[in-house]
Amino acid sequence: MIINGVAIDDTFAEAFGMTATRLVITADSAAWAAIAATSLTGFATSVIACGCEAGIERTLAPEETPDGRAGVAVLIFGMSSKDLQKQLRDRVGQCVLTCAGTACYAGLQGGTPLKLGGALRYFGDGYQISKKLGERRYWRIPVMDGEFVCEDAVGTTKAVGGGNILILAASRPAALAASEQAVAAMRQLPNVILPFPGGIVRSGSKVGSKYKGLIASTNNAYCPTLKGYTRSDLAPDVAAVLEIVIDGLTPADVAAAMRAGIAAACTAGGVLRITAGNYGGKLGKHHFHLREVMA
Amino acid sequence: MSGLVLTLKEPPRQRLDLSPLLPERLQGLDAAAISALELAGGNRRAHVGDFFAVTPGDPSDLRIAGSSDRLDHIGHGMTGGAITVAGDAGAYLGLAMTGGRLVVEGNAGPYAAAMLGGGTIEIGGNAGDHLGGAPAGEMKGMGGGLVVVRGNAGERAGDRMRRGTIIVEGSVGACAAARMIAGTLVVLGPELGPYPGFGMKRGTLLHLVRPQRELPSFADCGRHDLGFLGLLLRDLRGHSRRLDSLATRPTSVHRFVGDLANGGMGELLFWPN
Repeated sequence: MIINGVAIDDTFAEAFGMTATRLVITADSAAWAAIAATSLTGFATSVIACGCEAGIERTLAPEETPDGRAGVAVLIFGMSSKDLQKQLRDRVGQCVLTCAGTACYAGLQGGTPLKLGGALRYFGDGYQISKKLGERRYWRIPVMDGEFVCEDAVGTTKAVGGGNILILAASRPAALAASEQAVAAMRQLPNVILPFPGGIVRSGSKVGSKYKGLIASTNNAYCPTLKGYTRSDLAPDVAAVLEIVIDGLTPADVAAAMRAGIAAACTAGGVLRITAGNYGGKLGKHHFHLREVMA
Repeated sequence: MSGLVLTLKEPPRQRLDLSPLLPERLQGLDAAAISALELAGGNRRAHVGDFFAVTPGDPSDLRIAGSSDRLDHIGHGMTGGAITVAGDAGAYLGLAMTGGRLVVEGNAGPYAAAMLGGGTIEIGGNAGDHLGGAPAGEMKGMGGGLVVVRGNAGERAGDRMRRGTIIVEGSVGACAAARMIAGTLVVLGPELGPYPGFGMKRGTLLHLVRPQRELPSFADCGRHDLGFLGLLLRDLRGHSRRLDSLATRPTSVHRFVGDLANGGMGELLFWPN
């Protein structure tokens, strides 16, 4: 398959089952909601070392939020509900509770509920107030700028983590420009996040290492500086490879993001080939075949 | 299919207990069977047909046509469906109701929405004393649901209330939110009777005017812009035009905490015009 002169490999992206939730963070201004969300989703690129994968899904207009203030929707993915619970408590407790003027609400209902305000309310030291509006409970925790309003619990859903595309280009600037275009297109879609810095990964990994105890190491087959030395998957004209990793609430969401990203990357100059990362299909239960996605 | 209609033939001479007339209990009954249902009228046993003309229809949309403040226990224990009273209702309207929608176009007597557990009660006129309260011998009042009163409410609205929300578009009498355990009482009218929050433990009384007399056992915590108020107003949107019209006002309220004589942490939120 060739799109705009770019070869689409006959391969698939291998993704994993994860557990995800969505938070809605509001604040006095869109800027402060973004500050809290950025802090909350910091150091959350990969479950390998961060405990979760998180990112900003989109900004929310005041009419879309529970309290009528500007907000941000954040998606957080973990390997299990238990992992996600710990991350929620720590991240919301350290990054949203602490952030001036913010409130935090559940953006997802159903599934296994996780404690949100229910875990943070003890910070109120007995001065916290519970309010149940309809079927949803909120906690009002007194803080130094007023109150931190936080929903008691948030729902979860089975989700997909690790959808990906690899953009192979004739130069590093070309790879970066194409990746930026792909990221911009993907970020228009709901229910997905691109957890890596700027949505882009340069350090694609393979499983294992020559070093004992290291579970992942550089994907030397895609490192252009090694292509004459190691067994390489890169043609001589490929000078740089960048990857975009996608976490989504459903396989369809991930596939839609991959489709949008590939289509956008193929319109950029200098892109030679699009491929995807997998582990032979043995590790992840979700397989996104590029040519089926783009069909 | 239109709803089942029970038309009051004439105002009863004694108080009439209408608790058997619930949508869920009338399902599958024809007009004759409904007419034969037993009611307690004063200290006597009577039948529905003695007081009401039955027009067959869907029991899940029950309409009681006719007005009397002696029609007690309407919607007592109701779990679903809808009851509309085209007129006044007596005492214990919606007592211990857990679901459904109950609308009274006129006034309601004392203990309306007492021990309400869920569902919605709308009273077009005034409500009597102990709105959302606890009947004698009960430790807890309303424990959930929503009550909207278009007119005024009597004394001790929200007495021993445990959860849920009451909106009174008019004024309320003395000791509103007395002994409140939790929940929210919103008073939008021009008068708030003396001593609101008497014995209050937790919960919220939101009001627009100063009470006629205040308890000294509430601590003035100052004026604050509470984000929670925005959340509350949005949650209640569509239930009260009067409340909706206030949604654009700044959410700055004067907060009083008490009743300290009771070791309480309830709050009176004074939201002045």
